[in-house]
Formats: sequence, C-alpha cells, structure tokens
Amino acid sequence: MQHDGEGYWKATLALIRNVLIVWFIVSYGFGILLAPMLNSIHLGGYPLGFWFAQQGSMYVFVALIFIYAHKMGKIDEKFDVHEQ
Amino acid sequence: MELQTITYVVVGLSFALYIGIAIWARAGSTKEFYVAGGSVHPIINGMATGADWMSAASFISMAGLIANMGYGGGLFLMGWTGGYVLLAMLLAPYLRKFGKFTVPQFFGTRYYSQGASTVAVMCLLAASITYIIGQMTGVGVAFSRFLGVSNHTGIFIGMGIVFAYAVFGGMKGITYTQVAQYCVLILAYTVPAVFISLQLTGNPLPQLGLGSDMIGANISLLEKLDMIVTDLGFGKYTTQVPGSMLNMFVYTVSLMIGTAGLPHVIIRFFTVPRVKDARSSAGWALVFIAILYTTAPGVAAMARMNLHSTINTAVLSGGDVFATDASIKYDERPDWMKRWEVTGLLKFSDKNGDGRIQYYNDKTKNADVIAKAAAAGWAGNELSVNRDIMVLANPEIALLPNWVIALVAAGGLAAALSTAAGLLLAISSAISHDLLKEKFMPDLSEKGELMAGKISMACAIIVAGYLGLNPPGFAAGTVAIAFGLAASSIFPALMMGIFSKTMNKQGAIAGMCAGIGITMFYVFAHKGVFFIKGTSFLGPFGGPNFFFGISPNAFGAIGALINFAVAFGVKNMTAPVPADIAAMVEAVRIPRGSKEVDGAH
Repeated sequence: MQHDGEGYWKATLALIRNVLIVWFIVSYGFGILLAPMLNSIHLGGYPLGFWFAQQGSMYVFVALIFIYAHKMGKIDEKFDVHEQ
Repeated sequence: MELQTITYVVVGLSFALYIGIAIWARAGSTKEFYVAGGSVHPIINGMATGADWMSAASFISMAGLIANMGYGGGLFLMGWTGGYVLLAMLLAPYLRKFGKFTVPQFFGTRYYSQGASTVAVMCLLAASITYIIGQMTGVGVAFSRFLGVSNHTGIFIGMGIVFAYAVFGGMKGITYTQVAQYCVLILAYTVPAVFISLQLTGNPLPQLGLGSDMIGANISLLEKLDMIVTDLGFGKYTTQVPGSMLNMFVYTVSLMIGTAGLPHVIIRFFTVPRVKDARSSAGWALVFIAILYTTAPGVAAMARMNLHSTINTAVLSGGDVFATDASIKYDERPDWMKRWEVTGLLKFSDKNGDGRIQYYNDKTKNADVIAKAAAAGWAGNELSVNRDIMVLANPEIALLPNWVIALVAAGGLAAALSTAAGLLLAISSAISHDLLKEKFMPDLSEKGELMAGKISMACAIIVAGYLGLNPPGFAAGTVAIAFGLAASSIFPALMMGIFSKTMNKQGAIAGMCAGIGITMFYVFAHKGVFFIKGTSFLGPFGGPNFFFGISPNAFGAIGALINFAVAFGVKNMTAPVPADIAAMVEAVRIPRGSKEVDGAH
C-alpha cells in the first residue's frame, strides 16, 4: 500500500480527540459537573446548567457529527484514501 | 365523534399505511430480509434509524421519568443522544468498511475464532431481550389505554401484534415502513407539545416555551414549577439529581456507550452505500432523534405542571395548596382520570376519608411540609400515577381536542411496535444466522434459516411478555439496563477491535465475559435473578450494598471499565495477534476499497 497509512491514522485520531473534548465539556462538564455553578446564570428562563443537560448538549452533539463527517471527508481526500 | 371512535380511526389509518408499505416492499431473499440490499440513502436511513431508535422507552416513558426526576432526567437525554457521536466516529464507518452482515460476524473474523462470535451472540441476546422487556412494558401501557383494558390484557394483545408485525416484513419492509412510522410518531409527539406550550407560555416551540414566562404571570415556567413541587414536598425540579452527581455521571456514560453498542442500531449502518455515508447517516439519525429529544423536556415539565394544577386548584392561582378546597373532589375528577383508572396505572385511595384527592410527597424530609400537611389533615399521598402514562395522558390532562389524543395513541403504538420489531429481527438473525447456520447446522437451507428466525422471534416475545408483566422498572429504566449490558460487553470489544491492532481473541473474550458478568451480577443482585421478583439478594436501591451509590441501571459503565482492564491484562499474557489480522485492521481503517456487504453465504 503506497498511502501514508500512519499519517492518515494520526490525523483521524487527532480529529476524534478534538471532537471528544468538546463532547465531554458540554455534556459531562457543563451538563453535570459544573451545572450547580452554571445554574446561577440564566438563559431566558433556563438556569444554564439545566439548559445544557436538557437542551444545549444535544444541539452540540448534532453539530459535532456533521463537523466530524465533513472534516473526515477532507482528511480522506488529503491522504488519497477516499472512495471513488 | 366520540374519543374512542376517533382513536380507532386514526390508529387504523396509520396501520393501513405501514402494512401497505410492507406489502409493497415485501422481502424476498435472506439477504434482503436482513439489510435491504445495502442501498439506502443516508437521510432515509437516518429517519428509519430514528424510528427504530425511538421506542416505547423514548416516546412513552422517557418524558414521564423526566417529569418525575426533573434536572436529573437529563441523563436520558444526554445519554441517548451523545452515544451517536461515539457511534459516528468510533464504530459506524469502520464496521461499514468491514462489510459483514452482523456484529457477531465482525467478532468472528476480527478475533479469528468462533468462540468470540458465540460470546458476542450471547451478549447481544442478553441485551436485546432485556430491551424487549422494557418495550413490552410500554406496549402494555399503550394497548391498555388504546383498548380500554387492564394493563396485563394490554400486554397479551400487544405480544400477539408485535409478533405478527415482525414476522410479516423483513428489514426492507421495515426500512420504508419505519420512515412512515417516524413521521407518525414525531407528529404525535410534537403536535400536543406545541399546543400545550402555547397554552402555558404563548410560545409555540416547546424548546423555547420551557424557558419562557407563564402566560399572565411574571414568573418563568421552571421557577413556578420549582415552587409548586417544593411546596408539595418533592425535590426541586431544576436541580434534583438521581442519588448523587456521581451516579448521574456514570448513568450517562453507560447509556452513551450502550447506544454505540446496541446491535439493532449498529446494523443500520451496514445498509448505507459507502463509508462516507455511514458517517453522515449517524448525523441524520441524530437530527431526527433530536427533534423528539429536545421536545421531551418541555413535555415533561409541562405535564408535571398540568398534573399538579389539575389536582390542586391553588397551584395556578398561587393560593395555599394545603387549603381544604384546593384539592379537587374525587367525584368531580376529570374524565381522563377515569379512563386511566381502567388500566390500573392510576390509582386513588382516600386515606383521610374526605373525598378529596391529596397528591404530594408524603416521604418528604422537609419538616415545614410535614407540619403543614398534618395541620391540613392529610394522611398520606392518595394518588399514584404510573410514570409511564404521563406522555399518553398529557394531551388529555391539558384538555386538547380529541384528534390530538388519538394521534398520540397512534404514535405510542408506532413507537412500541417499530422498535420491538427491529429488536426481534436482531434476535432472530443472531440465533438463526450466527448461532445455527455458522456454528451448529452449517447446511441449513435458506428456508430453514428463515423458519428458525421466526421460531426464535416467537420464543423471545413470550419470554419478554412474561417478564413485561412484572417489569423490573419503568419502561425507560428497564431499557437502560439493556444499554448497560451492551455497554459492558459489545462496545469495548468493538472499539478495541478497530483501535487496537494488538488486541487478541483471548483478551476480547475474557473482557466481554468479565464486563457483562459483573454487570449482570450487580443488576440481578438488586433487581432479582433474571428479573424474577423476590429473588434479589442485596436489597433495593439506596441500601448499604451499593457500590459508591451507583444504581444497577447505571452499572454498565463500570462493567465496561472492567472489560477494558481485563482484556488488556489477558492480552499481555497470551499469544499475540496473527499478522494477517493486524493487516486487516489496517485496511479497515481507510475508506478506499469498500464493497457491498457480504455475508457467509
């Protein structure tokens, strides 16, 4: 195989790591661990920690998957391993 | 028209639609039966995955649990959506590239042994059957209300219909049928939510309504709800947590990784044409799922508000909830309560004999509430409301038009049937294909395989129905246990199969056995052996034998940790992975060269 398999895998793992960091911060961070603190801030009628647990994290999850799919497509092409 | 007549008409029409589509796209060969020929567009696939996913647990049970748990109910919302991020990045594209029919086939090849495949089948069966028990609980609620019969009769009727439904069409029928089901159930969920949100806050979007002020008052809905529930001795809605923060954290982890390890969801990603599509397909699935999941918190809080304000008239006026006149008279109770009393899921017992319904938390530790209740002559909570009825009863409580109530019934039935059918299919393919054909009876004919599949469906539904009569918890709670089992066994082994080139068969098998073993032990110890009542031996939740206060429903995450640890430990002590397997893992990691799925035929 003449592709740069190692470089491709490294780039993939870096992307996954970055997405997982955001994923963790919005749900486990803002939604659970920091929620009691964030609840003193209000977003409309929502206490912020409550909002992240019951609304915000889900919106971020949807965005994360599409961002991942898009960037992964770019990485595929860069390393020339995309499907033809 | 009478409510019951309209309900029959709407439910009848929705079923005519599903069955029409199933006949139109009737499954032919075995391959079509399982994966619809590998050619489904990502958006269509996402919608079908959504219908498959949004089961009786999500549709019927979840908002009721959130209504009861308040903030802590967010663990279901985050857990059951966040798992899709893991699925999209860690599993879906690679399993699609791998190009096999089923999850056990992946295990058989990647871990180069029939043993790994057999262990995987056992884990899948344990998770899927537990899942169906939860579904049958929900099916019972939906059918009992729909037909106006007791909960048990509802479960028996539901068993028959689910079976007929699953046997009738294969996945191809199911893929397009499920698109129709998705449309019915999402309308059924959002339409009443929009109505109720308008009634209470004037904002048509429940996602925003939940964060808005109450109509005609200068107080936000959540603040008002916090006040009401604390007045009545319940935990504060926006901050109450299930047990502890640690338990909520672990519970969420368990649901997330369980989502990424459940076979009937994973199998969906084998049906898209390319690896690229497997990634975006998970995104589309989550879009369609999030429409319901972001509506659910609004449904939950508003249902709770309406329930309290119906039973206690002082709730909305802001008067004294303990005043004698505030609690409504039982004889003047609204019609929806009478309808639900028939099912046995809503019960009233007049403890203080005053003919009025006192609904509050009589186990509260708040001395103020206890004193006020005693002074008012309240002798304990008099109304028991099964949490699983909240969503179906919600439009009735809010006095919405009859067609909306009928639509919700149709949605509840669609949700319960679609997921139960998808799971039965996963069970039947695991038994007939992975166990019988691959292991015990290699010369089984295609016809014999289909027959074996149908027999295993029948057995699965009888077991699930029997246990559904005495469920180990509310529908969503039981389903959470199924996720724990998948989380502790399938997910870690799948992930290591892709992300570790050195994981060998001994490690994977030992890991799966240890993970699911410890999780099952913990669950059975607290919930009864094989969920049979009275056989639990460590006492109910909250007792002294709880590992850091983690509930059995949440224990899958701990099981998964043990799975990883045991797998790596055993791997280091046994023979390394053969070179060709390591090369295969390398090839699975890149999208190029993906081909149509093929099975062992």
